[in-house]
Order: sequence, then C-alpha cells, then structure tokens
Amino acid sequence: AEWIHRFSLPTCPLLAVLHNENTNFIRIIVSIAGQFFSSGHTNNWAVLVCTSRFWFNYRHVANTLSVYRSVKRLGIPDSHIVLMLADDMACNHRNPKPATVFSHKNMELNVYGDDVEVDYRGYEVTVENFLRVLTGRLPPSTPRSKRLLSDDRSNILIYLTGHGGNGFLKFQDSEEISNVELADAFEQMWQKRRYNELLFIIDTCQGASMYERFYSPNIMALASSQVGEDSLSHQPDLAIGVHLMDRYTFYMLEFLEDIHPASKTNMNDLFKVCPKSQCVSTPGHRTDLFLRDPGSVLITDFFGSVRKVELTMDAINLTDPIKQMEENPVNGEEQKEVYSYADQLPVSEIIHQKPKQKDWHPPDGFILGLWTLILLVFFKTYGIKHLKHIF
Amino acid sequence: MGLLSDPNRRRALISMLTRLNAPICVVCYFAGVAWFMGLAFEPFTLRTYMSENAMGSTMVEERFPAGERALATGREFAAHKKKVGGMPVDWLVKNMQDRGLEVFTQSFSRTLPFPDENKERYIVKGTNVYGILRAPRAPRTEALVLSAPCSPGDSNNQAVGLLLGLAQYFRNQIYWAKDIIFLVNEHDLIGMQAWLEGYHHTNTTGMSWSPLQGRGGSIQAALSLELSSDVITSLDLVLEGLNGQLPNLDLANLFYAFCQKIGVLCTIQGKLQRNDWDSVSGYSHAVQTMMLMVMKQASGRPWGDHGLFLRYHIEAATIKGVNSFRQYKTDATTIGRLLEGMYRKLNNLLERLHQSYFFYLMPSLSHFVSIGYYMPAFGLLAVILLLRALDLWVQLNTPPSTTEDGVADIDQVRHTLLSVLTPLVISHLTGVALYALPIRFQETAVEHFPVSETEAVVLTAIAIYTAGLALPHNTHRYYIMSAVPDVRGWRVLKLIAVLYLAVLLGCTALINFSLGFILALTLVPLAAFVTPHVPKVLSAFILVILSPACTLLFSVFFFQELQEMPVSFQDGWLLYLSVISQGILDHSLYGSLVYPLIALLVYPCWLLFWNILFWK
Repeated sequence: AEWIHRFSLPTCPLLAVLHNENTNFIRIIVSIAGQFFSSGHTNNWAVLVCTSRFWFNYRHVANTLSVYRSVKRLGIPDSHIVLMLADDMACNHRNPKPATVFSHKNMELNVYGDDVEVDYRGYEVTVENFLRVLTGRLPPSTPRSKRLLSDDRSNILIYLTGHGGNGFLKFQDSEEISNVELADAFEQMWQKRRYNELLFIIDTCQGASMYERFYSPNIMALASSQVGEDSLSHQPDLAIGVHLMDRYTFYMLEFLEDIHPASKTNMNDLFKVCPKSQCVSTPGHRTDLFLRDPGSVLITDFFGSVRKVELTMDAINLTDPIKQMEENPVNGEEQKEVYSYADQLPVSEIIHQKPKQKDWHPPDGFILGLWTLILLVFFKTYGIKHLKHIF
Repeated sequence: MGLLSDPNRRRALISMLTRLNAPICVVCYFAGVAWFMGLAFEPFTLRTYMSENAMGSTMVEERFPAGERALATGREFAAHKKKVGGMPVDWLVKNMQDRGLEVFTQSFSRTLPFPDENKERYIVKGTNVYGILRAPRAPRTEALVLSAPCSPGDSNNQAVGLLLGLAQYFRNQIYWAKDIIFLVNEHDLIGMQAWLEGYHHTNTTGMSWSPLQGRGGSIQAALSLELSSDVITSLDLVLEGLNGQLPNLDLANLFYAFCQKIGVLCTIQGKLQRNDWDSVSGYSHAVQTMMLMVMKQASGRPWGDHGLFLRYHIEAATIKGVNSFRQYKTDATTIGRLLEGMYRKLNNLLERLHQSYFFYLMPSLSHFVSIGYYMPAFGLLAVILLLRALDLWVQLNTPPSTTEDGVADIDQVRHTLLSVLTPLVISHLTGVALYALPIRFQETAVEHFPVSETEAVVLTAIAIYTAGLALPHNTHRYYIMSAVPDVRGWRVLKLIAVLYLAVLLGCTALINFSLGFILALTLVPLAAFVTPHVPKVLSAFILVILSPACTLLFSVFFFQELQEMPVSFQDGWLLYLSVISQGILDHSLYGSLVYPLIALLVYPCWLLFWNILFWK
C-alpha cells in the first residue's frame, strides 16, 4: 500500500507486518505514529555560545547560562550540550557573590548552580573552535565532551549572544565571525548530514543580520533585534553593579520556565516572545528555509530531549512472526548506488587546466607524415620541377 | 601655469600679501580672541559623558554607614596632632593596623633653595604614613590611592577621619580587584612628591627619602581629599596639575555622575553651574569659570595634592569639601558614600583611563571644550606671526633701491649675520642670568641689603629683568665689524625673532594651552608691530606693558577679580612677589617648567624685540 511508502521511517517494518490486519485499527495506529514521529528527529543537541568576556559583559554569560539551564531542565544531557563561555564571571575578583551568576535581581536565581559543565572556557572560545565544533573537523585528540557528535536525525539548537553588528558577531574582543561564514558552516553541516533540523537563536545588537545569508534547508532562525537596532539589557543589580540579563533572553527565559517536557507549545508562541513594548527592539525570525510549518514544531523539539513513550492498554495481536527483512544477495542484482561526497576542492581539475579528451584522435605526427607522403607522391608523379614552385 | 610658479601671479600674490598684511593680522587677532571667548558659550560646548565602557553608569549600591564614627576619629587625630606638634605617626600606624591594613612609613627631608614665606618653611623634614588594603582575591598588580594631607592647625582633620573610616569599611568588602592605598602625607606637596618618587624609584628633584617598604602594583587612579568641617554644603573638584596637565575627563565625568546620583551640590572652580546660558549674566558666569581654569592651568603649579600624580600617567583629582552659607548641608556619611561609589566604579576598570579627552577646558562641570575646538583660537594668533614672517621675507628679497657695488655686498651680508648674532647671544645670556643668578646670589644680596632671602631672590630677579631693558644702548658697542650695521639688519633679526616666537608659543600651547594662549595674547601684537621706525617712547612703554612680567602682574589682579576677592595695589604687589617666589620654588621642588620657560626662552625672545625697537 502506498501509505507505507509515505512514511519512509524505521517504523516501516512494524507497519509492514501490520498491514495484513484490520485496516481501521491500522489507520488509528498510523495517525498516532504520525504524531509520534512528525518531527523526524531522534536526538537533540545544543550549542550555546557566549562570545564576550570581562566583568561588564556579565549579562551575556547570564543569558547563555539561563538557556543552558532551561535546556538541561527539559532533558538534554550535558553530553549533548556544547557550552562555550568565557567563564570569568563567577570567580571574578569583582563579584561580590563569588561562585554565582545571577539572572534576576535581588539574587533570586543563580544560573551558575553547582552542575554547570563548561566545554570551551576562557580563551578557547574562538571563531575557529566554534566552526570546528559545528562542522566536526576537530583533531582526533579532542575529547568527546567538546565534540558535536550529531547525525542526520539530530535537532540542534544553536544560541549565540554577545556584541554584534551588521553582519558580524564579535568574539572575545579580538576577532569576528561574519554571517557569510556562519551560513557556509551550516551548509557544510547540511552536506555532511550533521543535522535534521536546526534552530538558530541570536541575542545581540542587529542580530537579524546574522541569519540573512542562510541558504541551507531546515533552518529556523530567531533574532532579538533587526538591522539598525540595538538589543537592550534588562535590569541592573545594584549590589553586584552590572546589568544581569538582556531583555530578549530574559523574556525568553520566562517563557521557557512554563515549558515542561510534555508541553505542546509550538514555535509560533516563541516568535511572540518579547514584543516591541517589552524589548524596545523588534525581534525577528526566519522560517522560509524550514520545511515544516512552524505551528507544528514543538518547543520541546529543540529545547528538550523528549523520549517518546506511548503507553497502550489495548492488546495488539501479533499472529505472524515478524519477518526479517531479506538480506541483499551477495552477488547483488540490485546495484545500490554508492554515494560519495562532492569533491569540495577539485584540485586535479584546477591544476590540469586542459580538460581530459574523451575520444581518441590519431597522434599528430601520424597526420604530418601522411601529408608529407601525399605531397611526395604528387611531385613524383607530376615531375620534380613543380617542387621548386613550392620551396 | 600654477599659482605659485607663474611669475606674474606670484608677483600679484606677493603684492596682495604685503598690502593686506596689517589688516589681515588685525582681523586674525580679533578673530582669535572672539573664538576664545565664544568657547564658553553653551551651544558651542558638548555635554560630558562617560566614555569608558568598563565603568558603566552609576549603578552601584553605596552602603557606607559610619560617617559619625569617621568624624570622631578625625577629632582624635586632631588631638594627637596637637599633642605631638606635627604628624602623629605612631597613632596613625596603630590605627591603620587595627583596621586591617598593611602599614608602612616613609621619612623624607628637603632643604628649600630659599625659605618659603607663604608656608613658612625652609628645612622640611617629615614622615608619610600609608596603609595598603590588599584585594582579597586578586593578584597585586594594580592599585588605587586615596590620600588626605596632614595639615598644620585645624585643617583636614575630618579628611583623615573619613579616610580611616572608609578604610575600615572597604576592608570588609570582598569585591576589590585592585589594592587600595590609604596615604596620609605630611607637608602636602613635598611629602606627596617624596612618596611618588619613592614608589616609582625615580629621583628627579633632589629630595632625600627613605625607600618604601611596601608597594601595591601600578596605580590606576588617585583621589585626594580635603575636608575641614563636619558638614559641607558643596564639593569642589580640582583638576589642574603640575605644568597644566589635566587628568582624563572620565574622572571628572565619574565625579559629576555620582554627585547627581547622590544629590550633592558639586562645583568646579568654586562656582556653581547655572542654567541660563542665553542671558548675559549666565554667559559671563561660564566665561569666569573657564577663565579661572585657564589661569590656574597657565600658572603650571599643582592646585591640589593630586597634581603630582599626573606626571606618572596616573589620573588624579582633588575633592574639596566646602562649607558655605547654604541651607542644605551634607553629612560625612553621604560624602563617604560618594567616595565608595567612585571607588567601586574605578575598581571595575580593566585598563587605565584613556577613552576620554586629556586636553579640555570646562566652562562648567557638565560641559567641556575639547582640544579640537579650542586650538583654532591659538592657531589664529600664530597665523599672525607667520604672515609677518612672510612679509619680512618678501621685503628682504626685494633688492634695495640704492645699488651698491659688488665688493661691499659680501661685507654687508657678513655684517648682517654677525650683527644679528650679537643680540641673540646677549639676550639668551641675560635669560640664563635671570634663571641662575637670583638663587645663587641670595646670600650676597642679604649681606648687602636689609631684606629676607625670599625677598632677595625675587628682587634680584626683577632687577635682572629690568637691567635687560638697558641692553640695546650697550650692545651696539660690541659689534665686531665696522660700526655701521646695515639698515636691513633689523629685518633679519625680526624675522628670526618672529619665527622663534612662533615655534616657542606653538610648542607651549601644545603642552599647556592656557600658558601658550596668554603669552600669545600679549606677545603676538608686540611682535607684529615693532620696528625701529615706530615712535620710540610710546612703543617702549607698550613693550614693557606687554612683557611677560607685566602680563603676570595683570594676571594676578585679574585672578583675584575672578575669585571675587579683589585686592588693593599694595596687596596685589606683595601677592605678585610671592607668586614669583612660588614659581621659582615650584621649579626646584617639583620640576615645574613655567619659570625656566619664561626665563630662558620667552624673556630672551622679548628682549630681541626690545633690541629691534632700539636698533640703530
């Protein structure tokens, strides 16, 4: 039946078995299964990056740590989170409350906690490290905690915060990443099948410029401000003496605190977080590269790591044994097409400028000799005196 | 053909230059003065703003509670000071140690070149006491300084009391990233100079001091506190330092921001800001404030204990508490909170203050004029000198109307150069005499005349200055070659003198704009109009009026007027003599450059013009 081929998923064998049974019953299960696997991902990753250092950029670290906290609370484990922070806030000499990073004034919420696991800290937060994490081109000695080991069924959440401008994001006062580089990194990830769907959130000044250049499929992007606008900070804490959070992330954190692993809230609600009246800047989003409708995308698809478990009280009659999928015969009639990566840098074609000749021509010397022979025969026949007219 | 290479056009340009020279000079002069006066007009100024990102805004919570206890400590300090008759070193050391600081002392001694009659000291011996609050978690690489002077009599007791109170409060906080050094210096500027030299291992002024046992890293900022009453009505900020150097504008911005946050009245030059800039009185108020700053900067002396820090690239300011007849009084706790807020913000600094301006003028505490805006005023005055130089060059290059035979020409040239060299050398020798002789011959003067040493020094200086006026009548006897100097000789001398003055004033204005501008105001018209052909008596009188010494005399009277304390002529004259003695003392004690500049460079330049006037 055609409807089996519509869901080209690992559940195919199960449904293939059931197709012999009562069709109505199957239809119900298929619709439930449709809800189960509507997103198409099996694991979740998060890459959270704070690109600033120094005491007066306290709020960027608090931003990143509050997203980290939400993501961990909703189920993504530390092994699936790559956290890049300068990490010089909690133990800064100027911190009147050492070993804490607060996100709400009057010290209501300590987002540093006691189980924060920072993967890239201090001067390791560089553009090169960030791009290597995304594309997976890390040296073999890199530990697992510093790698993004995603596959083509991973939904990845990428959160960036710091100081940015029109088309760039400043990394730790010494370098910048441009929106073109980021878009190319995502394209590399797509070509290497390193993600199923990607949610990109950025909270910087003029953040919308960073997602303008994306061209890979299945990316949804949110930004805290449009080009030409500044993202503003939320509230200062007078005891600590710095601004604690940025407005967009503050309201996003409030929004996320209401999400629990079984929430059905979708992306359209996330787009409404922090309207202009609260944020002063205009948050933006981009969904044209995303294949599904944002209304059908759950928040927990990206922020949580939901193990889908469905309890059923009904008995399912399995009369026929489950047939194994037939192995391909070794002397394979079906020749599976071997996939290979497109040649990223066709060196051979660049170095040898002349294209390879596909059809055979007789060697050049042969043609010359042939014509010399014809000329000599001509002059032999018609007399040698004609030769001097030639030379 | 180009504008300058075409002979016809060049001739036209040159003739226009010579014809219009005097009018353009006059216009430039008045334009320069008008530009300077316009600097205080509020729409031409900018509002001050914090440039340093790390300092951020004033969002800290100040919680200093112990103002009354600080005043009690101040009273104890006063009692011990009276008992010991100087600085109560042991009491201070014990007190600071009880508050948890690392305490060290430094003794110093200096014999002044001649007695200082203003402060009545000649051989100065003293001790500085300082305590270092080590930052609890930070490495000892950077420091901040809070200092209060130990003054004789009843002044500044509350300052020392507040300093000790703040030390105790700061010691209980854990958020310090830099060491804080609490310094009580004796004999105000001399003690401060000894401490700074000891801290930085330099010895520029010949003082003898004991080496410092404890150090705190490189100093990022310093504040000096002067508080002589239990309650105050306003806080005054003093910025001008040695040689007219100013701290970074961010320090003034920080002070002003905290004054506004806490609600304390803040003044600069002792004048409160006014809002009515478009009225005449409002504008004149701003002009007075700015002129006070210009006068103070031009004098080149440090106007507070902070003035000596600036040389070491440490941003420093003095905060003075003023108790005048206003209704609203501020108590010591509030002052303590203001200082606590400022120090918490300075604590957040990652680098030295460098984002804001180093060269500025302030017509009020919330408005400033940067170097880009005030330099054109001086530039317009300097242009006059350049125009005059061009005019002289043109005149020198046109052949004289009476032709001489070729042989005499070469001799003429040699006469000219040599006859020019003589006044130059003699003027500079007189300048050297003015610089070196007063101090050297004070004993001889005291033996022969019934004056004190200070008066001897000052009167010798004035005598040498006046003796220089007699020079032109004598110098022409020393001409080596024939006794007929060329008529063109004075033009060469004037050309050299005008260019010399231009370079001198330009360099001065770059370092100390106020000094350069005030000297330019009087010397440039003098340089422009003086020739041997102007009426001698009148010009001699004008030249003396515009000479540096008389400029100083008028400045003294003007300064007193600006401070609303006008003086009579007698008191003004005595004040003038004390200003000269202070200038000479500042030079030998702290390395102030105003006195050598005037004696060795400006005075010989003026003498050259005097020579030109009396050229035969």
